[in-house]
Amino acid sequence: MTASILAVDDSASLRMAIRIALTGAGYSVTEAGDGVEGLAKANAAKFDMIVTDLNMPNMDGLSMIRELRKQPAQAGVPIIFLTTESDPEMKNQAKAAGATGWLVKPFVPDQLVKVARKVLGR
Amino acid sequence: MIDDPVAAFRVEAGEVLDQVEQGLLDLGHRLDDIDLVNAVFRGLHTLKGSGAMFGFDALAGFTHHCETAFDRVRKGQVPATAALVAVILSAQDHMRALVDGDAPKAEGDAILVRLQAAIEEASGTAPAAPAAAGCAGWKVSFKLPVDAMANGTNPLMLLDELRELGDCAIVARTDAVPPLSQLVPTECHIGWDVTLVGDIKRDDIEDVFIFVMDDMELTIEPLAADGEVAAEPARIEEEPVVALQAATPDSPTARATAKAEESVRVPAGRLDALMDRVGELVIAQSRLSQLADRGQDLVLRSVSEEIERLAGELRETMMVLRMVPVGSLFSRFRRLIHDLARDTGKAIEFETEGEATEVDKTVIERLFDPMVHLIRNSCDHGLETADDRAAAGKPSAGTVRLAAHQAGGEVVITIRDDGRGINRARVRAKAEANGLIQPDQALSDHDLLQMIFAPGFSTAATVTNLSGRGVGMDVVKRTIEGLRGSIDVQSGEGEGSLIALRIPLTLAIIDGLLVRVGTGRFVIPLTAVEECIELSLEDDMRHRGRSLITLREKLVPFLRLRELFATDTRPDPFQKIVVVATPQGRVGLVVDQIIGNHQTVIKPMTALHRDATTFAGATILGDGEVALILDIAQLIALGQPHEETLRAAG
Repeated sequence: MTASILAVDDSASLRMAIRIALTGAGYSVTEAGDGVEGLAKANAAKFDMIVTDLNMPNMDGLSMIRELRKQPAQAGVPIIFLTTESDPEMKNQAKAAGATGWLVKPFVPDQLVKVARKVLGR
Repeated sequence: MIDDPVAAFRVEAGEVLDQVEQGLLDLGHRLDDIDLVNAVFRGLHTLKGSGAMFGFDALAGFTHHCETAFDRVRKGQVPATAALVAVILSAQDHMRALVDGDAPKAEGDAILVRLQAAIEEASGTAPAAPAAAGCAGWKVSFKLPVDAMANGTNPLMLLDELRELGDCAIVARTDAVPPLSQLVPTECHIGWDVTLVGDIKRDDIEDVFIFVMDDMELTIEPLAADGEVAAEPARIEEEPVVALQAATPDSPTARATAKAEESVRVPAGRLDALMDRVGELVIAQSRLSQLADRGQDLVLRSVSEEIERLAGELRETMMVLRMVPVGSLFSRFRRLIHDLARDTGKAIEFETEGEATEVDKTVIERLFDPMVHLIRNSCDHGLETADDRAAAGKPSAGTVRLAAHQAGGEVVITIRDDGRGINRARVRAKAEANGLIQPDQALSDHDLLQMIFAPGFSTAATVTNLSGRGVGMDVVKRTIEGLRGSIDVQSGEGEGSLIALRIPLTLAIIDGLLVRVGTGRFVIPLTAVEECIELSLEDDMRHRGRSLITLREKLVPFLRLRELFATDTRPDPFQKIVVVATPQGRVGLVVDQIIGNHQTVIKPMTALHRDATTFAGATILGDGEVALILDIAQLIALGQPHEETLRAAG
């Protein structure tokens, strides 16, 4: 079965880049524009993996990850966050919030696919 | 992506040599670091192998000797010594020349003689270091944090990844698993001992654990060369292995893609071509927007808006593709500092900060030469000798520090040294001697320091071959300004100097203010624009001949672009002034009409127009016409004598 991935980012272009990269590698992608929408969509349908930006309006990525991990249904769902190399503090915070891994921006499509394959194994 | 394998090899060889050079420089500081020795050896080995494959026989032959020498270091037969590292460093330069195909054979022979001597000396001086890790394999023990599974890490995936690296024997340690009644299913209490057999890089194993490395228990120990495991031999428990096999997607394609390249290598020329296309798309799109805005067709308008949005996003994505971290630039100076330290006999510490800051690739390339010059200046003129430093109460080693950070649409790169600083009296004497200033001319401290950028200026009492002959700083300044950047210097005597370069993030597209002067349209870079005001008739009349306006109780000079560009049309009744910020203060530019913001795709001027220095380039407008982009600094410089002649005449 195709693995389904939720992409949460307020930048439409980045969501598009994520979608193109992941659908090209055979995953199905659902998009959400901020943490609130991401949380709602994640709870409405179970995803195999979530990719999220950290800086977003309404609800930022850190809060969304914390909210998700509070729910038993979301235990074990890999959450990959997008970060910039220059911000190691953010990396620690996101991991403490319950994120699985990260990808440093800017990235090329193959890097994202590689991370997806790494955490999903397919 | 490059079609010619020999060309591709040249590119790769350059990168391998960069790594070898880096490894050697680091090794110079940490002579017993076996990982560095291995890294250098691997680089040389690769170079020899692929060199022979692509017909670079001289390179392969020469590299073979260096590889052999390093193999002995790697095996612990010979210790790494500073002399040996230095020889291999110069050998590495020779290899670059061999890759380019213009290396005198005598030079190579001389290096090999020195290499032989260094090896003999090294083997005579010290007993063999402990044997380095053979490549028999690794024993990997790991235990994940208890909440790892809840946080989305699947241990089975990690084990699968290890199995892809080589033959694996996996033993699960279950001693920490709590009794069933207390077991929380999402917690992870199992540890694993994995024996990995094969020629595997430690980095590859660490990569498997990259996301959990900081929080987990992980030991990676080399297996002894005869295959004996340090602990008891692997006792493979059937159960977990069977479970794992069941979970492994065994299709070969999945494995192949999992090992796919991390990045795609594209020749820079193709990126530039793509950038050109994107630029043309932006131009075509703005024509479309104009057409759509003119008509009443709502559907056309919504399509046009959609395309405008997409083109904007495409442009942004394109920009990201062209960005490279300045770290790649900074690391190229490590060698320079090493050589400078050797040539000047000074001890120099090299520090960098903000390597991850990203800048357009073209900008990075064009920054290299000016920065070499600035760093040389710092090391040669700025830093004192060890004796002078001791006398001044400073640590004996001088420090040169490169830092980069992003500020808005600009990147600020600073070069700081803790040397003697700039001697004002000497700068002044020199500037007077060269006729740049009058002997009694009053100058602010800032203006005095700026003198070092004047053409033909050099403060060094003696000219050395390091810092050149005083032709540099003005060229540096021009190069930086050519990048639409600026250069600034701060210095306290005895406290060192700080040179700050402010460079725009990209060269290809800028935000501009589109204005009309006569019938021609021009673009003023928006970063320079402070405000736009109206030139009232009274102001215009009152200051006739003086070209000054009063702006918030300050006098601001202005330039009439109509006069400068000699337009012969009638001026618009209400002239506008665009106030721009320049290093010399605010200056007004009088134009006929301010049209508005314009995403400006910069097209370079052809060689024919190279002497039209007042223009930084041209752009194509939505209606297909060409607008010239004003180079503010040049424009002001040109305007000053023009104003003076006007004043003299009127």
